[in-house]
Amino acid sequence: MSEPQMVMYEEEFHKIQGIVEQLVKASNAKVVFIIDKNGQLIAAAGDTEQMDTTSLASLTAGNIAATGGMAKLLRENEFTTQFHEGENANIHIQLVDKRVILVVIFDSKTSLGLVRLRVKKACEHLSTIFQELMAKALQPGHDSPFGEITDEDIDNLFND
Amino acid sequence: MSFINYLSREINCKIVYYGPGLCGKTANLQYIYGKTNPQARGKMISLATETERTLFFDFLPLALGEIRGFKTRFHLYTVPGQVFYDASRKLILKGVDGVVFVADSQLARIEANMESMDNLRSNLIEQGYSLDNLPYVVQYNKRDMPSIAPVEELRTMINGGNVPDFEAVAINGTGVFDTLKAVAKLVLTELKKAGSR
Ligand SMILES: Nc1nc2c(ncn2[C@@H]2O[C@H](COP(=O)(O)OP(=O)(O)OP(=O)(O)O)[C@@H](O)[C@H]2O)c(=O)[nH]1
Ligand SMILES: [Mg+2]
Repeated sequence: MSEPQMVMYEEEFHKIQGIVEQLVKASNAKVVFIIDKNGQLIAAAGDTEQMDTTSLASLTAGNIAATGGMAKLLRENEFTTQFHEGENANIHIQLVDKRVILVVIFDSKTSLGLVRLRVKKACEHLSTIFQELMAKALQPGHDSPFGEITDEDIDNLFND
Repeated sequence: MSFINYLSREINCKIVYYGPGLCGKTANLQYIYGKTNPQARGKMISLATETERTLFFDFLPLALGEIRGFKTRFHLYTVPGQVFYDASRKLILKGVDGVVFVADSQLARIEANMESMDNLRSNLIEQGYSLDNLPYVVQYNKRDMPSIAPVEELRTMINGGNVPDFEAVAINGTGVFDTLKAVAKLVLTELKKAGSR
């Protein structure tokens, strides 16, 4: 409604996934993931088996929303970077193009400096891809598959 | 804002439970969580005060099944109902695809329901939405309590638009899934309309 529909296509997904995987390696992080501002997981790489990425995604989005709200009250631009340091795990959160959120979870095997450096690089690539994606989503010919569904299909979903 | 992933063939939608403090929003999600097959849901997250009042939100991811080869996933959120958490309520409404307004049927809460409905309307407008063209349903909760208003009266006060509405007792599950199904159906119908435009 107020924003264009968020969509993901195969081509862009592979590019994004590639960047995320590259970032895990280059920064020596445990997990890297990308979510949209509403908390939907877009891509993840690294040791994701050990992590509840769905929950992390929703909490990160809530966190960004809350600090975004604080920034607004202070008439400040949205805070684009956050860092939380724990005893064993650290979390680096980066807002990309005010649209998606890049999260890096890492431990003492690497350093904040390296993570920051690699995140910066990844951001530039991601920014380009998400702009392409948005442009593509607005083009005709990429209709939602939901135009085809019938009321019956919807009803069937609930018949169990 | 629904998110369509053509690669994993998934569609994600966000549903927000809104309503006055203590009306039973969190209780709705808790019941759904308890009754859903663990394969079809993720963890429920509650950011709450020590007295179990919602502080920021509750979150429950649910998988409903497939439509035409697309997995439908719903992210259910509740807002904090207490008046002074208004800033947080606005944040939770961002990207919403469907709303459940949970009313507290108790006579003593009539005014609180109406205030919360007004608050929902104005917060949606602030986000660029309008309740009049957003999928939404109403639930009259706490029908088991002793001094409650008749449904007709509640309907007149908070459901002038005549959207689907349901009587409920969230703590024992009465009406909980009917409410959820109704809003999910409206959201999918809206996607269908948007898709064929
Ligand atoms: N008797 C009865 N109690 C209910 C019902 N639904 C919820 N409750 C109780 O009412 C209290 C408040 O319920 P919550 O679900 O926490 O209310 P909420 O709307 O999430 O409140 P906030 O988080 O402050 O906005 C709890 O003690 C619930 O057990 C109901 O249908 N009947
Ligand atoms: Mg609550």
